[in-house]
Amino acid sequence: MSFLTAERLRLLVPVLSLALLLGAVFYLQPRTMSYTGLNLLFNLAVPITLATIAQMLIMMVNDLDLSMGTFVSFVACVTATFLQSDPIIGFLILAGCIAAYAALGVIIHLRNLPSIVVTLGMSFVWGGLAVLLLPTPGGTAPDWIRWLMTSKPPLVPMAIVASVLIAVVAHFVVMRSAIGVVLRGVGGNERSVQRAGWSVVRARALAYALAGLFAVLAGMTLVGLTTSADANIALRYTLLSIAGVILGGGEFVGGRVSPIGAVVGALTLTLAAAFLSFLRISPDWQIGAQGAILIVVLALRLALNRREARGTRK
Amino acid sequence: MRAILAKPWVWSFFAAGGVWLVTIMFTGGASTLGLSQAALTFAAFSIIVGLGQMFVITLGPGNVDLSIPATMTLAGTAALKVMDTSDGMVLAGIAVALAVGITIGVFNYALIKLLRIPPIIATLSSSFIVQSAAIWYNRGIRIKPPDVLSQFATASTFGVPNVAIVALVISALAWVILEKGIYGRWVSAIGQNMRAARLAGVPVDGTRFATYVLCAVLAALAGFLLSCFSGGAALNMGAEYLLTSIAVVVIGGTAVAGGFANVPGIWGASLFLFLVVSMLNTYGASAGVRMLFTGVIIIGVVVAASRKPAA
Repeated sequence: MSFLTAERLRLLVPVLSLALLLGAVFYLQPRTMSYTGLNLLFNLAVPITLATIAQMLIMMVNDLDLSMGTFVSFVACVTATFLQSDPIIGFLILAGCIAAYAALGVIIHLRNLPSIVVTLGMSFVWGGLAVLLLPTPGGTAPDWIRWLMTSKPPLVPMAIVASVLIAVVAHFVVMRSAIGVVLRGVGGNERSVQRAGWSVVRARALAYALAGLFAVLAGMTLVGLTTSADANIALRYTLLSIAGVILGGGEFVGGRVSPIGAVVGALTLTLAAAFLSFLRISPDWQIGAQGAILIVVLALRLALNRREARGTRK
Repeated sequence: MRAILAKPWVWSFFAAGGVWLVTIMFTGGASTLGLSQAALTFAAFSIIVGLGQMFVITLGPGNVDLSIPATMTLAGTAALKVMDTSDGMVLAGIAVALAVGITIGVFNYALIKLLRIPPIIATLSSSFIVQSAAIWYNRGIRIKPPDVLSQFATASTFGVPNVAIVALVISALAWVILEKGIYGRWVSAIGQNMRAARLAGVPVDGTRFATYVLCAVLAALAGFLLSCFSGGAALNMGAEYLLTSIAVVVIGGTAVAGGFANVPGIWGASLFLFLVVSMLNTYGASAGVRMLFTGVIIIGVVVAASRKPAA
């Protein structure tokens, strides 16, 4: 039974939900079982996946980022304007954004602030900046991002290749690298990490900077898919990213996160939208059905966790 | 005097007063009455939802109600449709709004308790369902509120807007419950240490249940008043109150980690947030600049109010 470690068991529900949903979509619309079909199904998955990983990195250190949606929107606006017209200024702005995230981590840590409130304030800041930059929808995606996001690798669609790549990179950084252990330790037991001689400020700053990096990538890839941007383009991402992490088996506290699970969770949420439209559910109830799917998956997880708890007691 | 200055909520009133003065000075005193009345009116809605959110946040880390906007929308929509502009149906409309609030509150806590979902995700999921229900029920038709109600909601008594009076009555009740009633003690006790509260015999489940229901009912009431005030329910009318409800609680000096709440701060913070926006408006700032400043101010207040962590 060494194959079924607790870590892998946690992945079981998200993977099963995704498989079940994918099966249902294939059953409802067999034409999706093709290169083009899969490409269309998972088209928007890449930015959502990246934003979910970013949220996961924040949740790993016991914080929560309520500004994810407005931040990704702001990055999208920068990508569609400065990055296209003056790439150097564009990259400087984006680098500044990542630095701002690191600074947030430092402030939150040093002043012992609640992350929910600080990121809530930041959501106004990013939202305001985005509106100032692009008061009306517009801009153009830089050609190379557009090329990257619409490229067609052989056999497997771009969205799936990218998702696997993101999962692998995040898995190695968070679960396998030495610094990943320290970062998860900050979420698990901050004091013991400190006593072991690590700087918790630096660790939190790094976690936030990494999250900023992934969120910047989310905004850039989003513009690559949509070709233009507006200030409200990604507002849903705040809630989607939190839901994706939770669906993937992550916890709000304790540094218990799963990068592969988060990617699977994000894919499940992307697919849920397609599934609902194939079911011909009235558009009125589409959002509600997404809420219901979230509840069902969490109920499944509860059932499995209980079984797991019973198993360890034996 | 020192005792008053030590209260966590005085700063929000100082800030609100300061912004009020600056705005009045800019306009040369021309709009003093209008500005004050508008501030009281619009703050009233944030105060009502903020009070509910305050009780929920006081329950401790992780407790926050994200279903407030959806609840406001559904309650306003359903009540207006039931009343169907008829003055005789006002009581029925209020009853419907309250019933919507109670139902959502019960549903929220059922998810939290039975499925052991973190409150953020539970209220988020239920808000999706509630929002869909509102879309389905509303069908994009804008029904006007009964004349009696729209007159009541937009009029003033002795110069004070009626909605502000409603908010004042609710705040007074909330203050009594929080400071003098056993329920308020229980909420604070749970927020300070849930395990200790349970061991001390506090009915933890019952109190948390009542708190989520209370929050949803207050949100429903605010939605009802807002739809009467603005002449009809709109699907996005609750949207801005998600962030506002949390922001007024925090700026008002309630501990975000839970355990310590205060009612007056909600008033100071609500007035402050509205006045900042109207001050920026009088200076002719664009929407982007207004948002930027609101965010910087929220962060600035939180950083200034924070205490250095114990070494």
